[in-house]
Amino acid sequence: MSRVAEFLFRRRGGAGWHWTDVFTWFWLIGGLIVMFGPALWLVNSSFKTPAALAEFPPTVLPYVTAEAIVEGYEEPLQLFEVRNDDGSVRVLAEVRRLGTVAQMVDPANPGEIIRVNIQNRTPKRSIAFALDNYVQPFLAFDFFLYLRNSVFVTVVATLITLLTNSMAAFALSKYNFRGRSAVMMLIVATLMVPLSVILVPLYSVISAMGLFNSLWGVILPTVATPTGVFMLRQYMLTIPDELIEAARMDKASEWQIYWRIILPLTAPALAVLAIFSVVWRWNDFLWPLIVLSRKEVYTLQVGLNTYAGELNVQWHYILAMTVVTMIPVVLVFIFLQRFITTGIAGSGLK
Amino acid sequence: MGDVRNGIATRAGAMILAPVGWLANVFDAPLRMLQRRTGSNGMAVFFLAPNMLVFGIFVLFPLVINILYSMTGGGALFLGDRTFVGADQYGRLFSCGSYLDPKSCTEDLFWIAVWNTLAFVVLQVAMMVAVALVTALVLNRELRARSFWRAVFFFPVLLSPVVVGLIWRWILQRQGLLNLMVFEAGGTPVNWLVERNWAFTATIMVSVWAHVGFYALILLAGLQAIPKDLYEAAEMDGTRPLRVFWRITLPLLAPNLLVVLVLTLIRAVQIFDEVYVLTGGGPGTSTLFLTQYIYEVGFASMLRNPGLASAASILMGAVLVVLTLIQLGIARRNEQRGKMR
Amino acid sequence: MSQITLTDVSRAFGKIGVLHDINLDILDGELIVFVGPSGCGKSTLLRLIAGLDRPTGGAIAIDGKDVTTVPAADRGLAMVFQSYALYPHMSVRQNLAFGLENARMARAEIDARIAEAARMLEIAPYLDRRPGQLSGGQRQRVAIGRAIVRNPTAFLLDEPLSNLDAELRISTRAELAALHERLSATMVYVTHDQIEAMTLADRIVVLRAGRIEQIGTPLELYNHPANLFVAGFIGAPRMNLLPVKVAAGGTGRSSLTLDGSAGFEIDGIVSATNGDVTLGLRPHHISLADAGKGDIAARVALVEALGSETIVHTRTSGGQTMLAVVAGQYPVASGDTVDLKFDTSHLHLFDDTGVRIAVS
Repeated sequence: MSRVAEFLFRRRGGAGWHWTDVFTWFWLIGGLIVMFGPALWLVNSSFKTPAALAEFPPTVLPYVTAEAIVEGYEEPLQLFEVRNDDGSVRVLAEVRRLGTVAQMVDPANPGEIIRVNIQNRTPKRSIAFALDNYVQPFLAFDFFLYLRNSVFVTVVATLITLLTNSMAAFALSKYNFRGRSAVMMLIVATLMVPLSVILVPLYSVISAMGLFNSLWGVILPTVATPTGVFMLRQYMLTIPDELIEAARMDKASEWQIYWRIILPLTAPALAVLAIFSVVWRWNDFLWPLIVLSRKEVYTLQVGLNTYAGELNVQWHYILAMTVVTMIPVVLVFIFLQRFITTGIAGSGLK
Repeated sequence: MGDVRNGIATRAGAMILAPVGWLANVFDAPLRMLQRRTGSNGMAVFFLAPNMLVFGIFVLFPLVINILYSMTGGGALFLGDRTFVGADQYGRLFSCGSYLDPKSCTEDLFWIAVWNTLAFVVLQVAMMVAVALVTALVLNRELRARSFWRAVFFFPVLLSPVVVGLIWRWILQRQGLLNLMVFEAGGTPVNWLVERNWAFTATIMVSVWAHVGFYALILLAGLQAIPKDLYEAAEMDGTRPLRVFWRITLPLLAPNLLVVLVLTLIRAVQIFDEVYVLTGGGPGTSTLFLTQYIYEVGFASMLRNPGLASAASILMGAVLVVLTLIQLGIARRNEQRGKMR
Repeated sequence: MSQITLTDVSRAFGKIGVLHDINLDILDGELIVFVGPSGCGKSTLLRLIAGLDRPTGGAIAIDGKDVTTVPAADRGLAMVFQSYALYPHMSVRQNLAFGLENARMARAEIDARIAEAARMLEIAPYLDRRPGQLSGGQRQRVAIGRAIVRNPTAFLLDEPLSNLDAELRISTRAELAALHERLSATMVYVTHDQIEAMTLADRIVVLRAGRIEQIGTPLELYNHPANLFVAGFIGAPRMNLLPVKVAAGGTGRSSLTLDGSAGFEIDGIVSATNGDVTLGLRPHHISLADAGKGDIAARVALVEALGSETIVHTRTSGGQTMLAVVAGQYPVASGDTVDLKFDTSHLHLFDDTGVRIAVS
């Protein structure tokens, strides 16, 4: 442990602690707690039973209270550890509670009621993960359907985005044609028009096309991202024109040049765009909220939001579903974090 | 090193494309015929077409008819069924006894949203830039496992707004983690999302939490572009750290800071998702922001009024256009400065 | 048969003309070199022939067939690019095969041709490597191989040696010459290096500012440069050029006056309008003589002793810099005063517009 600490805290030059070092570690440790803490607490809570969730103060680990079926009582009774006056401990089941006194029975001897001051008993608990929180949303709710819709939207939108954006970027980076700069200007201009500015007319366009309540209505407006075209064009500009001319001399058609020369060479940029597109589409909320009004077509985000409104008291389900919704993004983060962060630093896109 | 990685990515790309290589062949014959008609340069139009089609239908066209929408009234959806009302929608938005007092306005919700958004933008942007800057400075120090620490702050950026909203709803609820900590510290638990000022503060904190990693990353890239020898020279001169920060770091980071400032502004003006999930605009209207107003008026409320929503969105769009033009101007200036170096 | 004919070819970018009325016949099987300083339009001319660019005027024909509007792919030509332009994501073998596959050639034929080219160019060991794993010289061979397997009507080479180091450039130059010999194919070769042009070419086309200055064999260009530009461009070290006054001399002779003082007579009548001409004399045609025995006195400014020959930089009393190349090692030091002796049988005269004057 001390060696870990030594490794972590070793300072350049080995001089004493400057106040900036103290601050640095304060900020890093604080950041670790504030950034990860809430998400971890959510994951942790998602494994608790409704009863454990309702407790205040909450426990750190997910406990379930032990219960026992006692002869003569229909419902299972909750078990408590009762401290006797002499300091010995025994396990009793609670029948009912009256003020500060609990009426309890020994499961082995159910006939005799024992009165115990509630100060002297603690619930008998064991650590258990309430996996039911995760199973039920799939069985009882349409959660699986939402998951499928979200996967469909994410995958299809990303594929179309990659195809159309890379084709457009190819045209804008490797051809000279009249109106090219006008097209570029147009694309720059629309960087200024976020979705929230055209909600109403876009909704009418989607409705007129019969795409209301259709996943395609969610997918199509998102695929012509100006950022994607920009980023790919920037990358393609670095591919030497001589390669394309060599391919033309090699009797390649323009389509083959695009597919067999440009696309493979643009792979790094395509990968970055693909990752971003997956995260964007998986996380989209406002537009699906508007386009999708029937439960069968909800995406995860819309479905989750609706649950959070409807199941206001059933937090155990909401927490579990939130965790499931988080999983793909967390996986992307764990495996591609370095790729993403360098991608952002390089292109400033989000 | 970069070359090697690029090589690997390129090879990976070729491998990914190989299974769908038949696409190249299937489309090749008809496209060759097309190319015979258009010439190789003419194929640019073909490559541009899909993107521009989608772009035209789902971005440009709506943008143009948005202006028409804002000049029509009634609840009908399609433009043809709507009645022309001229500038009435704008008139309605601006009919106010005093702009400072939303209650005196016909559209009191609009002005509540405007003032809420303004307050949010000012506070959130200030907080965001400050926290991002400190984080970037800390990450720029000689750290072990820097990429780990960078990841720590970046982690929430990828989370969906709904997840962010729910995480914090769970933390801030009456029996949540925050109240546990307050309780343990001997304080009185607060109902964070039910008290107006606390709820408003929460929207700022949560949005900073969710996005600060992104801006810290941009600033960190800017910091790492500052030549190390400048710091070494300052160290030789025995310059104190704070003075190094004010006289070297800050001036050289200024272009990146400007970019971050404008980007946060643009995003803050449009704030919706995580706030909507966190507070739903409440309690009352204390966290009702512009985008939510547009959404509610356009789609959700009983008295749907698409024309009014359009007018409000055009006003918001105008603000965003100004901000974006500033951003593009800065970007261009930075680029030129980069070239001069 | 592969004859390329350019008729009045011009190319302009907007209002800026890059090539003006180029007329040129490239003969079957010849290696023709376009040479000129950068920006002279030689690469543009090659790209017009290749079909990668379209002329704004004139016509291009291959074997008598007008190909002016035919796309590059259908002209049957192969090109070796300055950067080699090898597809970085394909192996050497795939690079060679790409063009043949596009032409829908049978697999067996493709393999046979690749094997043949690999043997000829000695690149068989690298066939499964990627261009990034090859050295500059190896890449260059692959680029040539990619052209060879196509079995083209003509080869177009755009400064193919400029990315190689000096030593490799010389050996590759020899290999290219051998290759041309063996394939006896038409080759159009672009370079800015006049030595490359002299050593490789059957004929050289000297270009300047989008116009052809002279077409001829290397020795024609060397011995009879058509104008001042060609005279200065071909040959190293550069030809000495100095203004002289010409006047009628003895019978059938002309007298030339340098710097208004020293002068000498030559055989032949020089017809110059006002007597102002430019005298051109290659450094190899100037020798050093004892004081009083040469044509002009000069002070030695710099001596470059190369062992096999000595390059002497001198300055005449009139302030003209003159170079002399003397065979072997010559005992002279800077500061010395020497006399320069001109080999008058090898002198060139140019009129005030720079055009060569015939001496009759």
